[in-house]
Amino acid sequence: MNQEAQEALDKALKGPKFEKRIKRRNLVDKGWASSISVGGVGVILSVLLIMVFLVYVVAPLFMTATVDKHSEYDLPGGSAEKTLFYGMDEYKETAMRITQSGKMIGFDARDGHILTESDLPLSGQQVTSFTTVNNPNKIIAFGLSDGTVLFAKYDYKVSYPNNERTITPSLTFPYGEDPIELGDAAIKKVAARVNDSQLVLAYQVEGDNSIQLKQFDKIESMLTEGVTLEEYASGTVSNNLNTDWLMLGGNMRNLYLVSDNGAALYFNIGDVSNPELLQKVNLVTGEEIISALHFLLGDYSLMVGTNKGRVLQWFPVRDKNNNFQLESIRSFDVSKKPVSYIAIEHNRKGFVTLDQANQINLYNATSERHLASEQLTSGLNYLLMAQRGNGALVETADGKVITYDIKNEHPDVSFSSLWGKVWYEGYEEPSYTWQSSSASADFEPKFSMVPLTFGTIKAALYSMLFAVPLAVLAAIFTAFFMDNKTRQIVKPAIELIEALPTVILGFLAGLWLAPYMEANLAGFFAVMIVVPLGVMLFGFSWSKLPEPLRLLVPTGKRAILMIPVVIFLGWFALSLSSPIENVFFNGDMRHWLTYSAGIDFDQRNALVIGFAMGFALIPTIFSVAEDAIYNVPSYLVNGSLALGASGWQTLVGVVLPTASPGIFSAIMLGFGRGIGETMIVLMASGNTPLMDVNIFQGMRTLSANLAVEMPEAEVYSSHYRVLFLSGLILFIFTFVFNTLAEVVRERMRRKYGSL
Amino acid sequence: MKEWFKKGEHWVWFSASTVSISVVLVIGLLLMISFRGLVHFWPHEVYEYEVKTDNGKIEQVVGELHDTKLKEFQDKSYKDGIKKIPQFLIKVGNRDVYGIDFRWINTAQIVGRQDVLADDVTVIERYEWGNVYGYLALIKQDGKTLATGKAVLPKMQKLVDEGQALNAEINHIEKVVLGGINYDLEQLRLEQKRLEAKGTYTAEIARELAEKRKALNVKFESHQDALKSLYKESKSLGEVTLDIAGGKVIHVPIKSIVRFWQPNNMVMSEKVGFFFDSIGHFLLDEPREANTEGGVFPAIVGTITMVILMAIFVTPMGVIAAIYMSEYAKDGLVLRMVRISINNLAGVPSIVFGIFGLGFFVYIIGGSIDELFYSYALPSPTFGTPALLWASLTMALLTLPVVIVSTQEGLSRIPRALREGGLALGATKSETIMKIVLPMSMPAIMTGLILAVARAAGEVAPLMLVGVVKLAPELPIDLNAPFVHLDRKFMHLGFHIYDVGFQSPNVEASQPLVYATSLLLVLIIVGLNLGAITIRNKLREKYKALDN
Repeated sequence: MNQEAQEALDKALKGPKFEKRIKRRNLVDKGWASSISVGGVGVILSVLLIMVFLVYVVAPLFMTATVDKHSEYDLPGGSAEKTLFYGMDEYKETAMRITQSGKMIGFDARDGHILTESDLPLSGQQVTSFTTVNNPNKIIAFGLSDGTVLFAKYDYKVSYPNNERTITPSLTFPYGEDPIELGDAAIKKVAARVNDSQLVLAYQVEGDNSIQLKQFDKIESMLTEGVTLEEYASGTVSNNLNTDWLMLGGNMRNLYLVSDNGAALYFNIGDVSNPELLQKVNLVTGEEIISALHFLLGDYSLMVGTNKGRVLQWFPVRDKNNNFQLESIRSFDVSKKPVSYIAIEHNRKGFVTLDQANQINLYNATSERHLASEQLTSGLNYLLMAQRGNGALVETADGKVITYDIKNEHPDVSFSSLWGKVWYEGYEEPSYTWQSSSASADFEPKFSMVPLTFGTIKAALYSMLFAVPLAVLAAIFTAFFMDNKTRQIVKPAIELIEALPTVILGFLAGLWLAPYMEANLAGFFAVMIVVPLGVMLFGFSWSKLPEPLRLLVPTGKRAILMIPVVIFLGWFALSLSSPIENVFFNGDMRHWLTYSAGIDFDQRNALVIGFAMGFALIPTIFSVAEDAIYNVPSYLVNGSLALGASGWQTLVGVVLPTASPGIFSAIMLGFGRGIGETMIVLMASGNTPLMDVNIFQGMRTLSANLAVEMPEAEVYSSHYRVLFLSGLILFIFTFVFNTLAEVVRERMRRKYGSL
Repeated sequence: MKEWFKKGEHWVWFSASTVSISVVLVIGLLLMISFRGLVHFWPHEVYEYEVKTDNGKIEQVVGELHDTKLKEFQDKSYKDGIKKIPQFLIKVGNRDVYGIDFRWINTAQIVGRQDVLADDVTVIERYEWGNVYGYLALIKQDGKTLATGKAVLPKMQKLVDEGQALNAEINHIEKVVLGGINYDLEQLRLEQKRLEAKGTYTAEIARELAEKRKALNVKFESHQDALKSLYKESKSLGEVTLDIAGGKVIHVPIKSIVRFWQPNNMVMSEKVGFFFDSIGHFLLDEPREANTEGGVFPAIVGTITMVILMAIFVTPMGVIAAIYMSEYAKDGLVLRMVRISINNLAGVPSIVFGIFGLGFFVYIIGGSIDELFYSYALPSPTFGTPALLWASLTMALLTLPVVIVSTQEGLSRIPRALREGGLALGATKSETIMKIVLPMSMPAIMTGLILAVARAAGEVAPLMLVGVVKLAPELPIDLNAPFVHLDRKFMHLGFHIYDVGFQSPNVEASQPLVYATSLLLVLIIVGLNLGAITIRNKLREKYKALDN
């Protein structure tokens, strides 16, 4: 070697500079290695992240409530007088107490210092009865000793002096400061309800067992913006019951008279002047005695507490003859001791009970969940749940006020309300229902996952019914019989479907296929019979053709030969639609289905979904199944053929058993995709959450439901989290199917390796 | 026969026919979309029908024939007591006069022939109220009649061209110039809020900002004046009066005309010209009338911007994961878990990505960004709301497996010898990968990327949750710095189809547009896919040559 070159080489490959460079390069190499490894493992992390995040959002649904004592102070206004009513603003900052003598005391709910005091305009009369009229409108009523009733409205004035929120409780009189005269004797019991235009009043006066009814029109005065009441009708409910509780329902029609021995009368007072006794019923069994009674939010359900520690929920249910009857819906075993007090939540169907051992229990009626317990050291006189259900105010028997902070975000969701039948208020029977939102404030959310899951599986199964035979048979032919040249065109052509945006398929299915199918229903069923028969007939006659003609089209090219045949058969079958309908279905199959066969028909139904989504599933199944069959070693095939088996016999006897795990995993993948497909079902299924296997009816799937409701769901509400739960269900569904498919395929790969 | 069945021949025929059915369905679907999409651009003939109304009067109906359907009538004299009579769906236009665009007419009530072409009928496409179908009567300017009868057409052509030029100018000033000034003003307002929140809003800065604001306002007003005079000018172009069916007249201001044509007088070459002109309008115009008319330009821009951003996010992630799997990972539990993860990522329903994107990216990450950096703008969110950035990130996650699988396939096809050659010459592993393996697998990465782009362009469900809107006031890219606005919502072709097809009040009128949009989307996606397949096939052949 040349001396100079050797020196140059030495200089380049030796010495500290070279060492340094090597070191640097190795360092870079190591850096790359570790960062790429991190990136690779990142894929696992991202899948984990999705799953963990979904669980993280869903988990709070199933947490129980926590109750923390916030503060305790002496009863504002002194404990000498009995309390009629407590109110608290929605921020839990201020509260008001109204006492037996008609005094309103507004105080700071956090420390009990008095903010404001005022007296009711009683003009010397005594308060003999009290009722809450309308919770959202904050109206209350006092029955007085001179036979009059005074209505009041409590409110919280919010102002921002110095940019700081200041709340002052106040009391106003919406129907004037003068009480409304009803009779001469003291009002013993009163119940009242009000809506936008009317006010209905039920009361009992001292010395008379009958219940008097009065209905008033609300007349708005143009000048003073005040409202006056004008009597519209009146009536009397005579009875021989010892009425302990006089309950008037929120719909202003249902009147219940309840005695503590359980006897109850249920009247319809829709026409006040002519009350109608609907039912005489015993609310408790045997020796049980009613110890507490309260309406649930919405003033529809009666929550009946008994001396045996039970709370029963009753509400009127429409029976077969269209009559309303009180039904016992569910019962809660609250305690072993008698229930002495029931209070309700004001934003959802929750209630609180106190038993004689001074234990408080928090429940939700719809979800039948027991959420929290709290032991009091003494009895209580009054318990008020905060407006938003996030706190409570308790007046104890020993003259104290205790406030609690309650963390109770999602009491309305439980395993049983998600997956079981629930008897919702106003429903005729327990049902699986999905209805997540409504305009009214006392709405009972219906979060049953069952109809959605059912719809998802229904959509997936009907489309698999269409896709699996088509895709698997096509895969068999393409992989086993077809010559390579045609295969190279056909395979990408079918796989092209995978690339088609599903929004286009959904659009065509919903706006073109669905009406077309409705008009040519018989034709579509004819296709299913005519095409296979026609194909068989064609194949058989082909085998009778003279040999030279037959050899023109080898088996591998039969698919091309069949294209015009299939088009003709399809066209022929569809054109049969009208004749078939005329002969068998009196001219209109749709009409016939609905009226003669009694099958409900929606234009956007499972049949449309089956076709459209089945079409979208073909490439998924086809592609994987085709690979599985194609990869069966050729010596197995050749061996079988050499032994004299026909092509199909070889396929059934040798190829399919070998490839069956692959085909199985193809079907799994297809099913997984069908479960999660969104746009097609969103656009072509009608989106009604029905529970019916009928192929002519639509459905609502988990995925379409997510697409419809997610944008409107309030963040971190129960609805939002339940929607995430349905996302998690989808995730788990597909995770299981995909992993199963992957494991099966992995096994098969190893098996082929050994063959 | 028995033999034939025994050999399973019928099954062979069945399976052959399933292949044909699949192929026929694919091709039929593509042909149908193409046909229905393209028909939208072709000038339809306008027919004139004389219809006898129920009270015996003869009514004239002029319009395009859009559909024919058989309707059943109860009639005892027919078999089964049902008589089927074809009904024509006619697009009569003139919505401001008739109240509806489309009407059904019963062919049994048509007096005379059904295929009478309306002579010299003119169709005018307007910015508002849809098409006009009528006969040119006269053209007026400032109350003076400029031309009547045959002379209207050339005059009108000239004026409409002028009107178009004016409209373009007005549009430019409103959208670009004034839009830019408004954007700058908004930035100043936010700057002030930011400084106030930071506590460094001094009098000096306040003065500075006020000066800037004043300068912008002056600029704004000067342009506003220019705009006013342009409006005046376009208003003074006059109006054409047309006689329309039903003995009424309609006055169309020149400035409200997009274009007009006389379909029944067109020769073939003119029709072809019109066809391409329509396509141009479709691609480049803004949508009008709640997306049911006009073009899809913002949707195209939105789709492309989202897809490019997504590609920027997904490529490094996908390539790194693929390199890890084929170059670094040892066969074992980790690799198997990665494989399962990729399969699951590919199999998880797209809507689940949507809710993940909404819950995690938008509310958690976006919400945190807002609190950290944009707290001065709260409670109006900057990034804590569905936006372009979150949509592209979500789509990147969704398309990650596509890129990984494709890249990995490319990497595994590169002959071992090449890597060994690199290592033998003293290159480190990373150098071999960077200098030899990756450049060679570039086409494979491209293939993956193209497939990912095609997937993202067609996916709608997750986008509905993380950033797509039916009508975006601004494009996600414009001339105002920083040019690409990651915090904006955008329009998307796929969502456009869903929205116009299902949410629009006038489904009949919007269907042609939906077909056209579908065709565009299909062309883009099929084109991308074919491109990817071609690249992949070329690549395979190249490696085969290398192997030998």
